[in-house]
Amino acid sequence: MKRLRRTMLFVPGNSPGMIRDAHIYGSDSIMFDLEDSVALGEKDAARHLVYQALKFIDYGNIEKVVRVNPLNTAYGKDDIEAMVCAGVDVIRLPKTETPQDILDTENAITEIEKKTGIEIGSTKMMAAIESALGVVNAYPIAISSKRLVGIALGAEDYTASLKTTRSLDGTELFFARSQIIVAARAAGIDAIDTVFSNLNDMETFEKEIRLIKQLGFDGKSVINPRQIDVVHKIFNPTEKEIEKALRILEAMREAETKGSGVVNLDGKMIDKPVLLRAERMIDMAIASGMYYPDDME
Amino acid sequence: MNLISKGFAGTLESGDIFIEIEKSEQPGIHIDLQSKVKNQYGKQIFSVITETLKENGIDNVNVKAVDQGSLDCTIRARVTTAIYRGCGRTDYRWE
Repeated sequence: MKRLRRTMLFVPGNSPGMIRDAHIYGSDSIMFDLEDSVALGEKDAARHLVYQALKFIDYGNIEKVVRVNPLNTAYGKDDIEAMVCAGVDVIRLPKTETPQDILDTENAITEIEKKTGIEIGSTKMMAAIESALGVVNAYPIAISSKRLVGIALGAEDYTASLKTTRSLDGTELFFARSQIIVAARAAGIDAIDTVFSNLNDMETFEKEIRLIKQLGFDGKSVINPRQIDVVHKIFNPTEKEIEKALRILEAMREAETKGSGVVNLDGKMIDKPVLLRAERMIDMAIASGMYYPDDME
Repeated sequence: MNLISKGFAGTLESGDIFIEIEKSEQPGIHIDLQSKVKNQYGKQIFSVITETLKENGIDNVNVKAVDQGSLDCTIRARVTTAIYRGCGRTDYRWE
C-alpha cells in the first residue's frame, strides 16, 4: 500500500517535550529537525535527543524523517551516522542544489549501513529544494538516487534566492511548485509543499492547501498540530469521489469479464487516465482508512 | 573518559532534564536530583543517570539534575551530551 505523506509535522530536534508528544497528533510523517531550528551551540544536544528518541520511542506507523545538517558543515557527517544507526526512515537533505549533493549524502549513508550491517538502501532520502539553482535542477535531483522518496519545496530560502518576498497568494512560488511537481511525477516520487507559518490565518492556509492539491502535490510540511486535520480533510477523497471511483473500477471489471477493451459508465466511455485516477483514489481511500475493500477483511 | 571541566546539557522546559556534571573529589557517583515526581520515579531517574555515566566510563562525579518530567531517553541524551561536553570530546559512539 502506498505510504501517505499528506502531512509532515516539523519538530525541533532540541525540544524533548515536542519530541515526546509528536506521534499523538496523527500526522503521516514526523520530521525531526537538526538544522535551522537548532542553535549552533546545541547541535550536539539535538543529535543525541533525536538519536535516543528514534531508538526508544515507539512512533508506530508514522514515517520518521530527520532533516540533517548539510555535509559541508561541521555537523552533517555525525548527524547522518547517528540517525542511520538509530533507524531513521528518511534522511532529509536541506538546500539541495545539484544531484551531487544527493550522491555525496547517499555515499555517507551507504558507508554507515555497510559498517553497521543495516540493509543497504533501506535508509531513504528526501531532497528539500530551497534555491533557484535547486529548482532549475529539480528533475536531475529527483532521479539522482533510488533512495529518494520525494522532493520538497522550502519557500523561505527559495524566495530569498529570487530576491523577492513571500505573498499571501504565493505568486512567487508558482514556477517552483510547478517545476517540483512535474519533476517528482516524471521521477515517480512524491512532492511535498512548503510550510505555512501564519497559524492565525486558517483561511489562507486552506486556500493554499486546495491550490497545492490541485497542482498535484502529495502533501505539505506543517509546523503545528492544529494544521494536520485541515490538510487531511482537504487531501482525503470525499465519499462521493470514492463512490464514483468504485463504480468506475466496477465498470472496468465488467468490461474485462466481457473481454471488451472499452469501459463504459453511464453512457460515457472511460479512458485510461480516468481509470488510473480512480485506482489512485481508492488507494488513497484505503491508506487514509476511509475505505476497506472486502478482500482486506 | 575523563572530565576536564563541568558539563551542562538540557533546559528547565517541560519534558526536559537539566544536567550538570563535574569531577568529584569523593569516589563514586553522587546525584542531587530535583523532580516533582521524585517519589514515584526518583529511583528510575537515578538508575538511568548512573547507567549512562557508567556506559561512558565516568566515575567520581557530582551530578546535579533538575527534572521536568523527562523520559528515560531524554535523560540518556542529556547526560551523554553533558559528558561529552565536560570531556571536551566529539568522538561520539553511535550504535
